[in-house]
Amino acid sequence: MEELDGEPTVTLIPGVNSRKHQMCFDWGPGEMLVCETSFNKKEKSEMVPSCPFIYIIRKDVDVYSQVLRKLFNESHGIFVGLQRIEEELTGKSRKSQLVRVSKNYRSVIRACMEEMHQVAIAAKDPASGRQFSSQVSILSAMELIWNLCEILFIEVAPAGPLLLHLLDWVRLHVCEVDSLSADVLGSENPSKHESFWNLVTILVLQGRLDEARQMLSKEADTSPASVGMCRIMGELMRTMPILSPGNTQTLTELELKWQHWHEECERYLQDCTFASNPHLESLCKIMLGDEAALLEQKELLSNWYHFLVTRLLYSNPTVKPIDLQYYAQSSLDLFLGGESSPEPLDNILMAAFEFDIHQVIKECSIALSNWWFVAHLTDLLDHCKLLQSHNLYFGSNMREFLLLEYASGLFAHPSLWQLGVDYFDYCPELGRVSLELHIERIPLNTEQKALKVLRICEQRQMTEQVRSICKILAMKAVRNNRLGSALSWSIRAKDAAFATLVSDRFLRDYCERGCFSDLDLIDNLGPAMMLSDRLTFLGKYREFHRVYGEKRFADAASLLLSLMTSQIAPRSFWMTLLTDALPLLEQKQVIFSAEQTYELMQCLEDLTSGRPVHGGPDTQQCQDDDIETTKVEMLRLALARNLARAIIREGSLEGS
Amino acid sequence: MEEIYAKFVSQKISKTRWQPLPPGSLQTAETFATGSWDNEENYVSLWSIGDFGNLDSDGGFEGDHQLLCDIRHHGDIMDLQFFDQERIVTASSTGCVTVFLHHPNNQTLSVNQQWTTAHYHTGPGSPSYSSAPCTGIVCNNPEIVTVGEDGRINLFRADHKEAVRTIDNADSSTLHAVTFLRTPEILTVNSIGQLKIWDFRQQGNEPSQILSLTGDRVPLHCVDRHPNQQHVVATGGQDGMLSIWDVRQGTMPVSLLKAHEAEMWEVHFHPSNPDHLFTCLKMDPFVSFHQVKLFNELLTFLSHSISNQAHVHQSVISSWLSTDPAKDRIEITSLLPSRTLSVNSLDVLGPCLVCGTDAEAIYVTRHLFS
Repeated sequence: MEELDGEPTVTLIPGVNSRKHQMCFDWGPGEMLVCETSFNKKEKSEMVPSCPFIYIIRKDVDVYSQVLRKLFNESHGIFVGLQRIEEELTGKSRKSQLVRVSKNYRSVIRACMEEMHQVAIAAKDPASGRQFSSQVSILSAMELIWNLCEILFIEVAPAGPLLLHLLDWVRLHVCEVDSLSADVLGSENPSKHESFWNLVTILVLQGRLDEARQMLSKEADTSPASVGMCRIMGELMRTMPILSPGNTQTLTELELKWQHWHEECERYLQDCTFASNPHLESLCKIMLGDEAALLEQKELLSNWYHFLVTRLLYSNPTVKPIDLQYYAQSSLDLFLGGESSPEPLDNILMAAFEFDIHQVIKECSIALSNWWFVAHLTDLLDHCKLLQSHNLYFGSNMREFLLLEYASGLFAHPSLWQLGVDYFDYCPELGRVSLELHIERIPLNTEQKALKVLRICEQRQMTEQVRSICKILAMKAVRNNRLGSALSWSIRAKDAAFATLVSDRFLRDYCERGCFSDLDLIDNLGPAMMLSDRLTFLGKYREFHRVYGEKRFADAASLLLSLMTSQIAPRSFWMTLLTDALPLLEQKQVIFSAEQTYELMQCLEDLTSGRPVHGGPDTQQCQDDDIETTKVEMLRLALARNLARAIIREGSLEGS
Repeated sequence: MEEIYAKFVSQKISKTRWQPLPPGSLQTAETFATGSWDNEENYVSLWSIGDFGNLDSDGGFEGDHQLLCDIRHHGDIMDLQFFDQERIVTASSTGCVTVFLHHPNNQTLSVNQQWTTAHYHTGPGSPSYSSAPCTGIVCNNPEIVTVGEDGRINLFRADHKEAVRTIDNADSSTLHAVTFLRTPEILTVNSIGQLKIWDFRQQGNEPSQILSLTGDRVPLHCVDRHPNQQHVVATGGQDGMLSIWDVRQGTMPVSLLKAHEAEMWEVHFHPSNPDHLFTCLKMDPFVSFHQVKLFNELLTFLSHSISNQAHVHQSVISSWLSTDPAKDRIEITSLLPSRTLSVNSLDVLGPCLVCGTDAEAIYVTRHLFS
């Protein structure tokens, strides 16, 4: 065992007093049952009334969120699509595919976040409003982490473009500036707005220099004193060399240009060009990457990773991916300044900057309340071939472990189980056994649901589960007195034993009522009849009745005889069959030939000789025996008469 | 087919139906009802795809459908039909049949009428009833016919508290769907591949006619009647087979179309353009991916009978009944992108189509034939 990564959290269950009573529990998939026992810890005499409830404790509560359900459903489609990305796709096209998938995942998170935000606003009571708001911030953090992972692990941006990606990342997640900008520009005199300089500073911090320049021109319009300064500053902003995607210049060229520009900025600062305007001077310092000046804007930067990116933008725009972690660590230290300790989110981002994927996933697993995020992110990174060598000391590899956890959570939900199936499908090692265990536990309240579950099992050749589901349904049908349905299900399950049982019920009903029920089914058994001997007998026996009804006596007679001689008919039923033969024997024309009659006699003798002699005083038994004896005697008489007629007839036919 | 709008609704959708338009109306359909299944709480919901007059950021009309109102429903919704413009009839897995009334003024739904034990099992030797899911409904104002897993057929009238006619043990297996053939005849399909025609004028528990697929007893899940030619019926089965029947002659299907390997949950003739047939089914991800690109989750079958064009005056012969495959050209178009979870229900009205899936999404398009 590895050591624990954090203290396990204590969950208090309202109503259960664990100090006074012992508790007992049982594990379930994704949930747990807890109740109080009547044991007292220290044999205390006072009887405290114990809690009469059994509690279901769910680990994965996020599964039950209405909004997150959309996330699960929509991302399921993306997940399945990702699994089918052709393995042959290599190089650039594969990478762009993976980036596209990653962006799809992020857009789903964003959509979900926006909806959650709407719900939070519309929430009636403040408590649930707070809960939704906290969900929004969790989703937002998820998207932030995902986006960074996308840049570092999937896009694998080289020096140069890397910083552009990071800038986009910061702009996307520190977005208060847009509302501020609208606020300032909407006012009557923007440059006199109290937040004017804040806005300009933020724009510079985010590297949005064009917008900052436009703002400065507004300032220049209103205060003639600073026109010159503004123009110089604007010129500096305009000339800052940046890498644009379409540009073909090399990194060295860029570095050289940037160095020149940097020196120019430095010169202006030395010249005290901006000395009369503290705002512009501070902007100039920021553009020189001055750490102290940047840290003065802590409020506007709002977090350390913004600080990191701004710092890189103005001090080392061509930072190599490998060097990121040093800058990140020092930025974090500088920004927090020993005042506060890093939060889980900070640790996760730091691990990402260190390119420690496993640490990212581990920290996320601990910090986040659901498996959705880690399962999907790990799977995507696995498709980027980043996780191959890592095997866990339990189960399969990490990807599969997380997917299994997530899918089990889905299966614990009363309606999301269908999504879980596909996740299990893509777990090569333990997915199938997990699916087998889970799918059997789905409650089947309607046949339609059962059909859906059956289809899942049949597609995966899970014969054992198919059999068990059909059996459950057949049993249910028998309990509900729906023999036809029961027979259909046992035929579908190819369950010979159960088909025999149901056939017996049909035959018993026939003996009691003298007519068949469910003829629409029995008459149309077709090849399914061969499933069990008893079912074959049922079908054939019904056929005998039909043929007899159609007055095709000869056919009926030979069918009846073959039922007995071929041993399909159960012994217990022979008497009924022989009795059925009586009217045929009594017909005017001879139906059973001499040979057939011998066979019938043979059957009758077999039946009577095998019968034990009863000596009990049971009157009911005696009465039954009497009836039986009469029947046998009648049969013997009829057989003898028929034999006589048959011999005469056959003799005369041969003679003539 | 580009303008298909998807919306995730946090509940598995079992049925989708357009609200019928007032007779003579030239509008396109705007309101539809959905029913959910397999949720802890199931709902009947009404949605509108009205434009509300506002444009979205791209300048186009916002095609998203908005929830008008919903109401809790006890049990899974197994079937759902509009009785008239205001009333919706639902079939529940609890065996209950409910009529909901829509109040357009304040956008609410209320229970109008309920038959709580329309479908039930009688246990062996015990008088106690256990409920049986009601699986199918068909409405023809003022009559409602329901069928269920108990093999029972009920005929209700909207203004009667009790069933007008009940056929117990009408079928030995589960009845899956029902449709009116021509009043008072109905047609049911069951789980052993049979179609049965019942005439309510006849007494007794026997169908007036039984049609069946040969031998293999494949369960049939859905049935729809040709809107103009009442003897032409389409059924969809568990093996994804689409069968066209002429109930006037023979006991076998006139033509069979193997659409897919998995259940066909619903089939619909287009009400005003019956050469188009719509089906929905669950697709097998493996087959669809590797072999059959054409057969997709949601198919529309489009039949052009070339031979019939020569004898236009003989248009009584439906193009669907032509048995010569060489004469018939059938086009199959897939409407939805490939997903893995089953499409449970669809409905078409004019150029509008709505369908609902187990992936908790509702898809709507208003430009079917563009």
